[in-house]
Amino acid sequence: MRRFALSVGKQTLGALRDLAPIFAVVAFFQIVVLQQPFPDIADVIVGLVCVVLGLALFVEGLERGLFPLGEALAQGMARKGSTTALLAMAFCLGFGTTVAEPALIAVAAEAAEVAADAGFIGGSQAAQNQYALEVRAVVAVAVGLAIVLGVLRILKGWPIHRFIISGYVLVMVMTLFAPEEIVGVAYDSGGVTTSTITVPLITALGVGLASTIRGRSPMLDGFGLIAFASLTPMICVLGYGMVA
Amino acid sequence: MLEFAARFGETLLYTLRDVTPIVVILVVFQLGVLRRSLPNIRGIVTGSVMVLLGLALFLIGLEQALFPIGETMARQLTETAGSSSLTSAVRWEDYWVVYLFAAAIGFATTVAEPALIAVALKAEEVSGRTVNAWGLRIAVAVGVAAGVSLGCFRIVTGTPLPWYIVVAYVVVIVQTFLSRRTIVPLAYDSGGVTTSTVTVPVVTALGLGLAANVPGRSPLLDGFGLIAFASVFPIMSVLGYAIVAERVGRWRTRRERQGVES
Repeated sequence: MRRFALSVGKQTLGALRDLAPIFAVVAFFQIVVLQQPFPDIADVIVGLVCVVLGLALFVEGLERGLFPLGEALAQGMARKGSTTALLAMAFCLGFGTTVAEPALIAVAAEAAEVAADAGFIGGSQAAQNQYALEVRAVVAVAVGLAIVLGVLRILKGWPIHRFIISGYVLVMVMTLFAPEEIVGVAYDSGGVTTSTITVPLITALGVGLASTIRGRSPMLDGFGLIAFASLTPMICVLGYGMVA
Repeated sequence: MLEFAARFGETLLYTLRDVTPIVVILVVFQLGVLRRSLPNIRGIVTGSVMVLLGLALFLIGLEQALFPIGETMARQLTETAGSSSLTSAVRWEDYWVVYLFAAAIGFATTVAEPALIAVALKAEEVSGRTVNAWGLRIAVAVGVAAGVSLGCFRIVTGTPLPWYIVVAYVVVIVQTFLSRRTIVPLAYDSGGVTTSTVTVPVVTALGLGLAANVPGRSPLLDGFGLIAFASVFPIMSVLGYAIVAERVGRWRTRRERQGVES
């Protein structure tokens, strides 16, 4: 129990250091540039205490729970030696974590609004909802495929830069042909698919796989899954904008 | 107090909904495919509960303290910035406070991003401490600061988004061939992790506020793109940092060697 309290205390200090820049920036602009006092100072202080404690708990829990879980699973799957099962899990993780992602839901709704405004789809709410749902499904499948491709890359030891550079070239070419209105939404969709809980888990999965399979280095092969997961949604939303 | 408890419960439910699909998939594969129970199940359960509670606390604190301020500030700054110009034409220099705020808030929110902290910790552990977690986070944060600031400049000037992104991609491709191979996957990953819980809401509010207040810009068409800037620029800054660090290291060893010889 004492050790537990000690490690949480240490994480709290770390969290304070992590959050200090935000406090400094907000205070500086509020007091020096805008020259206004803080609204509801009591609320702000309670909120800040929550933020610090929450971040401390999150980081401590990450090291106790999510990292070991992801690695144990990756190592178990790698030892089992069934590529099909591993790839199936990769797809499920990518799809499952993305389809319900709140940031994606928001971006899909915005995309539908843009599409309706530009006259691609009808302006009715039903048509927009339908379009938003389709965008979400497209992106979730894209992320599922991205993780599958990323895991396959780790298994085979292919160099990552070929994939990413081809992806970039594809994005550039598609930008030329996609409707102008969808481009901004498509570019932003790459950033929204990786939530705070997915990232540690996927990272642990990649590193766990790369450290179990002989001949793979965790540094060279373990990272890169997130990069795949942020590139494919752009390609898919651009493609969807061209087709729909 | 009661209201706070209600909001905490609501946020906790939200986080739970986020986590449930992941847990279901993990349990199905662990029990169904591997047919083995988890090692150290107690640690994993306590850890997961801590992650859930921590994230819920973190989010509710952000909503209570930082997001309202961030959004109000973004609105006030974008409203006041352009009003000093006498002519009706948009002059990009008038918005320097906005660029400064964008850089500062981009840097600060990235340093506090939990997903980035997780990846940085992992990278430090895996690389045997040759990658410093704090250094990586600073490099990424500098990238986001530059990206968001430039993204605001783009919204003010109304120049097309693809130009910037295509140039950024070309720079990343050139940098990739100049860097050591071991840093490349980590650098690519750092582009995706920067834009999570903390950065996205604040940066989106900034973009929409700016597009709504600059004459001639529409929030629907010009408000987007800041996230894209915030995801490409960290790749550049991490690769750039690695290239410079390696060149400096090589130069130092060469000088030491020369010193020994003479």
